[in-house]
Amino acid sequence: MIVADKKPIEEIIDMVKDFKKLLIVGCNECVTVCEAGGKKEVGILASALRMYFMNEGKKVDIDEITLERQCDHEYLEELRNNIDQYDAVLSLACGVGVQFMAEKYFGTPVFPGVNTCFMGVTEERGVWSERCQGCGQCMLGKTAGICPISRCAKRLLNGPCGGSTKGKCEINKDLDCAWQLIIDRLKELGRLDDYEEIIPIKDWSTERAGGPRKVVREDVRL
Amino acid sequence: MRLNYPGTIRVVRVPCTGKVDVLHILRAFEKGADGVYIVGCLEGDCRFENGNLRARKRVEQAGEILKAIGIGGDRVKMYNLSSGEGTKFAEFAVEMTEKIKELGPNPLKKAKEKMAA
Amino acid sequence: MSANNVPSRLKKILDAGHLAVTSECGPPRGSDPKAIKKKAEMIKDHVDAINITDNQTSVTRLCSLAACIHLKLMGVEPTLQMVVRDRNRIALQSDILGAASFDINNILCLSGDHQQFGDCPQGQNVFDLDSMQLIQTVRLMRDEGKFLGGDAINRPPQMFVGAAANPFADPFEIRVPRLAKKIAAGVEFIQTQCIYNLDKFELWMKQARDRGLHEKAYILAGVTPFKSAGMAKYMKNRVPGMDVPDDVVKRMSGVPKEKQADEGINICVESIQRLKEVEGVKGFHIMAIEWEDKVPEIVERSGLYPRPNDL
Repeated sequence: MIVADKKPIEEIIDMVKDFKKLLIVGCNECVTVCEAGGKKEVGILASALRMYFMNEGKKVDIDEITLERQCDHEYLEELRNNIDQYDAVLSLACGVGVQFMAEKYFGTPVFPGVNTCFMGVTEERGVWSERCQGCGQCMLGKTAGICPISRCAKRLLNGPCGGSTKGKCEINKDLDCAWQLIIDRLKELGRLDDYEEIIPIKDWSTERAGGPRKVVREDVRL
Repeated sequence: MRLNYPGTIRVVRVPCTGKVDVLHILRAFEKGADGVYIVGCLEGDCRFENGNLRARKRVEQAGEILKAIGIGGDRVKMYNLSSGEGTKFAEFAVEMTEKIKELGPNPLKKAKEKMAA
Repeated sequence: MSANNVPSRLKKILDAGHLAVTSECGPPRGSDPKAIKKKAEMIKDHVDAINITDNQTSVTRLCSLAACIHLKLMGVEPTLQMVVRDRNRIALQSDILGAASFDINNILCLSGDHQQFGDCPQGQNVFDLDSMQLIQTVRLMRDEGKFLGGDAINRPPQMFVGAAANPFADPFEIRVPRLAKKIAAGVEFIQTQCIYNLDKFELWMKQARDRGLHEKAYILAGVTPFKSAGMAKYMKNRVPGMDVPDDVVKRMSGVPKEKQADEGINICVESIQRLKEVEGVKGFHIMAIEWEDKVPEIVERSGLYPRPNDL
């Protein structure tokens, strides 16, 4: 899923302080699971903002809604009939949802209520970590199912570097060395010999480097 | 025991403090409460394993939000006691009441009056 | 070892079967070239080539290429260190050509420390290639006279291609396979991480010999003299991938403060003496960190002086 983190409330206040009627929009997908932008977080933020503005002596109306998703037209369309009532929208979706909202409701200011961090997993309640950077050409088959691009601080395709110490990365003692994980797993799979195959220079054009990406599937297009 | 505790306190019963959410705490303040405290079982003694620990975290979270928005983080507190400690329940009530008296009323009350005027 | 005629003095010395001696200098944090020239002047008669570090520990410094040019103009043979942290494949190839235009004939291909350790921890990193792929790139440019894009290079670079190897980093079991991988990528000489744990190094070297790797690349053993017991402890505890055994730290701490520097030199000289006997060690890379003036003494006391000059 896409993992997001809460933004400091002070930062949010600063973004929306000049509006009189505000809609806070949550998202039922990833940000709900990582407890940053679901219905509950919308409620908490709305309550906090209401109290803040009241305490400041400002009259601000704040409404709440949580959509099934903010990255699909049909769910965002649910706001179509009401959006003009609001001076601004605070979206607690990931950066994808915030932008899709802004594209769709061109005349309405839209602000991000969370910091979108990465694509990752729930390691345990309250702990999420990165697993994928969407490079567009998955090579997990060559690296024992562990991604050196998202999990090695130097995205080394032929690691580990000299900084790998006791299974940990040189930049952080709490961070596993991706190449140690790869080697451990190759060993487990009886494929340690694969380690000596040099992974060739990567074509990064399908990654961010190649510019904004798009997938067009004629087979499923209507 | 028929112990007395301050009459200004409204008790909201929940099956476990783990049921209390940040939002419940915030809503209480939004509706004019001057302070909120949660009384849970002793830590390590939760029937649902960690309900009271969750509650503590949520109290902390609520405190941070209240501080950030200018209501005051000291207006929320977590207490723990065992079911046999009725006297403690009363003591906590007194302690919290004193604390809130010291802090004064929820600033939103004044703000509301001002806005109405 | 390799049949090419790269006009590198370092390569010629190794090809002739001499124990090579290299050292390294860090460029200054400013634009005054005097510092680098002074360091080179101190050691030039005692070493065959001098590595110039490339923004080591990610601290911004005068660039390695410019410092190498200063050395070249002094008549000293430089080894251009190049990290893949800061440059994409366009910049890497371009800098290789720039170096080749000054007839810089040695290159050391490295990943580079993560920028978090330096003065720009908030900066981006590049890592378009890794060190293994940089080795392949230099070999492609040199041997096939081609850019990565496939076009021909007019006057291809003539470079003796090196890389680092750390026999002590984890996991130990892949340290030798990793060396083999670098050799397969095309590396011709290796400078190792500072060696303090000689037993472990000998084990690594034995495993390398078992695979015949010592005959496929020249391995220069890396040594760094301790200036003090404090430095020994710091290297042991704080520097990632460094293996300093307790008895070495104890030996440094066992002498009075004013004699610790001398003891550090003694340990270094003794290490070189012992490493000379290890089959497959073809030379030494002496990294006297901000202590370049001691290099001549170490070289002389280790019996590595005078340097061959008939090549």
